[in-house]
Amino acid sequence: MKNYRHHPFSLLLRILVTLSAVITAGVVLFLIGYILYHGVPNLTLPGLFSWKFTAENQSMMPAIINTVIMIVLTLMLAVPIGVFAAIYLVEYSKRGNRFVKIIRVTAETLSGIPSIVYGLFGYIVFVITLGWSFTLLSGVITMAIMILPLIMRTTEEALMAVPDSFREGSFGLGAGRLRTVFRIVLPSSIPGILSGVILAIGRIVGESAALIFTSGTNPVVPKSLFSSASTLSVHLYTLLNEGRYTDQAYATAVVLLIVVIIINALSSVVAKKLSR
Amino acid sequence: MTNLSEKVMRIIFMLSATVSILAVIVICYFLFDQGLPAMVEIGVTNFLTGTLWKPLEGHFGIFPMIVGSIYVTAGAIILGVPVGLLCAIFMAKFCPKRLYGVLKPAVDLLAGIPSIVYGFFALMVIVPVVQDLTGTSGKGILTASIMLAIMILPTIVSVSEASIRAVPESYYEGSLALGATHERSVFFATVPAAKSGIMAGVILGVGRAIGETMAVSMVAGNQPILPDSILSGVRTMTANVIIEMGYAEGLHREALIATAVVLFVFILIINISFSLLKRRDK
Repeated sequence: MKNYRHHPFSLLLRILVTLSAVITAGVVLFLIGYILYHGVPNLTLPGLFSWKFTAENQSMMPAIINTVIMIVLTLMLAVPIGVFAAIYLVEYSKRGNRFVKIIRVTAETLSGIPSIVYGLFGYIVFVITLGWSFTLLSGVITMAIMILPLIMRTTEEALMAVPDSFREGSFGLGAGRLRTVFRIVLPSSIPGILSGVILAIGRIVGESAALIFTSGTNPVVPKSLFSSASTLSVHLYTLLNEGRYTDQAYATAVVLLIVVIIINALSSVVAKKLSR
Repeated sequence: MTNLSEKVMRIIFMLSATVSILAVIVICYFLFDQGLPAMVEIGVTNFLTGTLWKPLEGHFGIFPMIVGSIYVTAGAIILGVPVGLLCAIFMAKFCPKRLYGVLKPAVDLLAGIPSIVYGFFALMVIVPVVQDLTGTSGKGILTASIMLAIMILPTIVSVSEASIRAVPESYYEGSLALGATHERSVFFATVPAAKSGIMAGVILGVGRAIGETMAVSMVAGNQPILPDSILSGVRTMTANVIIEMGYAEGLHREALIATAVVLFVFILIINISFSLLKRRDK
């Protein structure tokens, strides 16, 4: 507070920025604290984690399993396509190519489309036009398109960060382009790709608007790709819609929050590995 | 043999790269194919400027929803941008390193929280407070704006912080050397130089706020009317789709898809202005 007596305006600015940071941190703390405070005691509700969903227990276990299934299937679809697309953009195409520009623009467009539009799209195409009704597969394909630009962008960045001398060394030893990509370039960009995958998992876990009208709100573990299955976020939506299950909703929100915290911690671990 | 696999894989890589183009084409095709005929049948001006939304009686005017989306987004920007920008300035130029190690993950966490959880939180916390203070139902523009402001905070903070950090240190040092205080140097030399990056962050925030669905539909009240005050309930375009899609049939369903088309056009405009800004930045 040494020189502020002569600079009241500077003092004001300092107070404003500090206040804003306090507000931001306060919102985070309050939000998390509030949900934990009201949710943690409800985690012990009878049957909340039982394997079978009934109208009485409103178990979230099937929804948790569905979320894992959704993550695995979506990644199986989107990661190869996204990584291969990035390989094409970085390793195969010539710079400034028109085709590449179009790909970049469309990927950027995809990442800006709100999830409700994806949901509506999935609903029109899979549920109505193809007549699948609400199925796991509809949700998986919709989610895969949604996270594709994310996987593409992070992989592209990771591939571009690999120094050209690696490639030149490999070519110099007589390896072809394909072998260079799979043996040299990809292995050294794994952490970058992984960080994209973790972000994508976060998006799948948190998504509700795109899934309600594609994979539906049925809180049971699906028998096949063509059964309806609600993920944890969608399950929370149904609980809130019913209006009678506030306790269960708090508990579900706690589980979602913990998953998000774990995902964030994982991604910062990977980021630290990257910067080394 | 190797030659063959080289060629095959090259084609596979290229096909993968075209998936994103294909996806955009397919999404546009289905949305416009299902939405535009309804818009024509209702009449484009009737649809866009009609103030009456009564699907069962054949009134399909989405003007209240367009206004609703714009109001809650504007509210979120008015509340969220000052706090977010100042917080970003704090994090980039005022924050002790150890505090930064806590603050940064906290802001990142805010970005990862699912929108349905935000909606739930707003329903349980913000709605009752607004209810008590104003004596209304508590659901309306104000509540939705406060919640959206929190939701776009991480976007504004992280994009603004990155662009403030990208400003050359010499700007700040030059200002210091001329006798300005630390605060003045940051605010009048560094921050103006980061203007276009900050604008890009704001535009991203607008995109997030206008596309937000679940959380907004839980706290905005959802009355399809033209709001007369900031406490009045509104329905956004996104909420219109999510609320009625479950039971809509025929022209009603197509009108909802047309609502999404209008939203889509809004988003495209926002995207284009974002990439224009980014291009100017280079």
